[in-house]
Formats: sequence, C-alpha cells, structure tokens
Amino acid sequence: MTSLPDTTAPGQVKLGLVIDLDTCVGCQACAVACKEWNTQGYPAPLTDEDPYGADPIGVWLNRVHGYESGEGQAARTVHFPRSCLHCENAACVTVCPTGASYKRRSDGIVLVDPDTCIGCKLCSWACPYGAREYDYRAGVMKKCTLCVDRIYNDHLEAEDRQPACVRACPTGARHFGDLGDRDSAVSRLVSERAGDDLLPELGYRPVNKYLPPRTTSAGPPPEPPRALPPIGQGDGSLVESFFAWVDRALGA
Amino acid sequence: MHPAYSVIVFSTLSGAGYGLLALAALAGAAHGPASSFAFGALVLGVGLGLVTIGLLSSMLHLGHPERAWRAMSQWRSSWLSREGVMALATYVPAVVFGWLWLDPASSPMAIRIVGLLLALMCALTVVCTAMIYCSLATIRQWRQPLVLPVYLVMAVATGAALLLAIATPFGRGAAVLAIIAVVALLGAMVLKLCYWHAIDRAPRELTLAMATGLPEPVRQWELAHTARNFVMQEMGYHVGRRHARRLRRKVVALLAVAAILALPALSLGAGILAAIAAVLSAASALAGALIERWLFFAEAEHVSSLYYGTPRA
Repeated sequence: MTSLPDTTAPGQVKLGLVIDLDTCVGCQACAVACKEWNTQGYPAPLTDEDPYGADPIGVWLNRVHGYESGEGQAARTVHFPRSCLHCENAACVTVCPTGASYKRRSDGIVLVDPDTCIGCKLCSWACPYGAREYDYRAGVMKKCTLCVDRIYNDHLEAEDRQPACVRACPTGARHFGDLGDRDSAVSRLVSERAGDDLLPELGYRPVNKYLPPRTTSAGPPPEPPRALPPIGQGDGSLVESFFAWVDRALGA
Repeated sequence: MHPAYSVIVFSTLSGAGYGLLALAALAGAAHGPASSFAFGALVLGVGLGLVTIGLLSSMLHLGHPERAWRAMSQWRSSWLSREGVMALATYVPAVVFGWLWLDPASSPMAIRIVGLLLALMCALTVVCTAMIYCSLATIRQWRQPLVLPVYLVMAVATGAALLLAIATPFGRGAAVLAIIAVVALLGAMVLKLCYWHAIDRAPRELTLAMATGLPEPVRQWELAHTARNFVMQEMGYHVGRRHARRLRRKVVALLAVAAILALPALSLGAGILAAIAAVLSAASALAGALIERWLFFAEAEHVSSLYYGTPRA
C-alpha cells in the first residue's frame, strides 16, 4: 500500500540519522561500509557495471559531497553525506504504482520491495534529495534501508545493531536513533545543536537531521608568515659568520 | 530530465489515439452510426492501434515489464497507477462504442450514451498522464498550471488532425471537423508558447544553501564520486537545453503548418488535394507533438541536480 501511514500519533517511532557536518571529515568510510553491507544485505546486489573499466557506473546508497560555504573568515569546507532521509511526507512512496515503495508504520523506515518493483523510476523523480539509485542490471530501484537487516538482528552484538554507516564513522559524525522520541539522545542532539531539515520548503518533512558546522571564533586574521632572512645576515654572531664563509667558499 | 523515448512515444501516440477516439465518439454521439463501415473501422482501428502501441511502448522503459500488471493496484495514491487503470478501463467503452457505431441499425441514443462515456474516459486518461508530471514538486517546469491543458489540447489537436486525414480521403471531410482541427492546432501552439514563456520567467527559488542547510554562498568543491551515477544520468540531462530555442521554433512551425494544411479540407471539400493536404497535416502535427514531448522532458530541471553543482533550481 503506497498510502503513507499516519505518523502523528504520540509515541510514533521515527528511526533516522543525525549527521554532524561539523565533525564529518569526508573519509568516505560510511559510503564504503554502506556499500559493503548492503550489496549482500536486504537490497542486494548493489550492481557495479564496468567496475574496473573506463566508464564505471554503480549503485551506492550513500554519497559524500564536498562543498565550500560562507565567505572570508567564516568560509569553510564541508563534507556532506547524502542518503535517504526517510521523509514523513514521502512522495516517493505515494507515486509508486505497485506498492513496492512503502513506509513502515512501526518505525517509519522507507523501503522498496525488490520483488514487486517494476523499475518505472517514478519514485526517483519524486525525490528531491536524489537519494534513490536505479540498478540498471537488476531492473529495480535501490535505496537506503537504514540497515533494517542489522538494527533488529539478534545475531549481532548489541553495539553492532545500528546502521553500517554509523558503525563505520571514525569521528562519530553519524548518530542513529528514534527522532520521534523527544528525550532520545539523537533528539537532544538536534535541539542542542539546532539541527535542521534539508529543503523544508518542499514539505517532505525529512526524519534525518543535519547538524550545521559550529561557528568559528572570529578573531583578527592571522599575520602572513615573515620571509626568512638570507643566510649570513642573521644575528651577526661569530658562528653564523663562520658558516656564511663556508657557504661562500663551497659555492664558489 | 533524461528523455525516456518509450515514454515520449507513449504519451504522444496514446494522446493522439485518445483524441481521435474521443472525437469519433462525439461525432457518433451527434450523428449516430458511422457513415460507412470501412471509414468507421479505420478510425477505430487507428485510434485503438495508437493507444495500444503507446501502452506497449510505455512498458519498454520498465526494469520488469512482466510485473506491469501490479501497476493497477495503487490508484488511491498514484497518478501512474490511475493512468494504467483508466487506460485499460477505456477499452471497454471503446469496444462497445465501436460495436454500436459500425452497425447502421444501432439506436442513436445508445451510441450517444456510450460515445459520451468514451469521450469522457479518454479525457480522464489524458488527465491522469498529465497529472503524473504536474504532481511532482521536484521539477519546476512540470509543476506548472499549463501542463494539464497542454496535454489535453495536444491530444485533441493531434486526434483532430488524424480524424481529418482519415475522413477527407473518404469524402467525409466536414467543415466542422476542419475547424476543430485548425482551432485545436493553433490553440496547442499558443498554449505551448505561453508555457515556455512561463517556465522561462519563473524564478529559480531553491539554492544549494537550502539543499544543504549551509550558510550562503555554497558552491561545489569536490564531487561525491569520480564516475557518473544514476542521479546525474537521469536528473542531470543537459543536451536538450542547448537546442531548446531551435526545437521550440520547430514545434511552433510544425503545428502552424499542420493548421494551414488542414484549411483546404474546409474550402475544397473532399477533393484529392484536400485529402493529401489533410494527411500531411496529420504527419506534421504528430511530428510537432513528438518534438514537443521530447522538449518537455529535456527542459525539465530536477531539484536534486543542486547537489551536483547546479547553483539554483
């Protein structure tokens, strides 16, 4: 059923990610861990075509972009991981003609059923975040599953029951939890750091939140480095004069 | 947006087919049984043939065409599903109308009732097709009030040009039909010019700063990946925009030529010259519609291209 579940009920679980743009270093570990887990997990395979050739193309569910933001002293480079935001008002779900694209009532995860997807690609047109990638070989749409096959997996140790990208992040820039619970660690993080939605204007109400980079202290600009004095014109000491004589003697 | 050729062929041919069937149905509702079996059978054959070829073509771009039947299930939320349901359902009144229309002994009242139902369902199917596009908030050029009227008028224009091309050689070239064709073709041309004017003037309000939540100005410093991917390929199609101006002029010219070639049917009646002109008019109208539909895709800019360095969308 491609009608969206009612997510306004109190206590509705909304699983999602909180991504800290202040601490992400753009190492791509989350993207690689995602690819590694999911090419053998729920949405498997994430096909790569011509992987070692001149023109490779493949399915990845997480992409890390590099942007420059701000001007002058406030300018900084930002690494920007982009994946499905598991929107509450997910148009990718409602446009699906087959019911293959759906949002789970129990935890809000948006999934594609690979057995009923007809590969019409309309869901990817409806997504403003470019989060869905079509698998040309498998003929179905692929997307982030929030590692649905990890987070409830009793065969894994408790600390591994979180999305592969979160587990792999070396700087702790990715956080996983219930954003429907106002007292959860991720919700507190969002309110403390003023986490925000991407493109709120479009009204998709993403569950995933992004924490903006912290503002840097705006002191005076650092002085430019001074030029080093040429050899032999240093402090004028005897030792310095000696080495200047050696330098001239050897250079001649 | 990358123009999917099967979808362009589908919406052009099925649009013309539904236009033709709807006009034939209205003619039947007004005048009773078809004037001759051969004429009626040809009109219905071409109409249903175009619709069927279009529907089959639309399945070519699917990853799993064998699962296409599943697309009938989500009509509560999905315009694509509604289009599929309407397209299949329209075969029922089309076949019943054909049965009645081709039989000279049919009661005009029965033809009128089924004909009006068929015309209405043809129109609703085209509305569903247009709604697939104009319901998407992600593409500025599609979420546009003129998209729906353009789809409807293009269907009537190409359908009328086709009906004229079939009727005139049969000596059935009615002045009313020629007038409908000329008005619809010129109407499509004017609506399309208004549409292009509107999309050219509409501001690009979304920025990369909004897409990332970062302070202005934001610019791309490093690509997320070194090779191309689906999003770049499907949403970031730029070829059409380079040729847009020239192709727009071609669409206008082809629709104008189609309208001019429909005129002889108005004045010369059903002569051989009028028949040739009417056939050429239909060809010109269909060619114009194909280019128009290709441009509709190629000129569409998707919001997600912001993440790949488009400054505004």
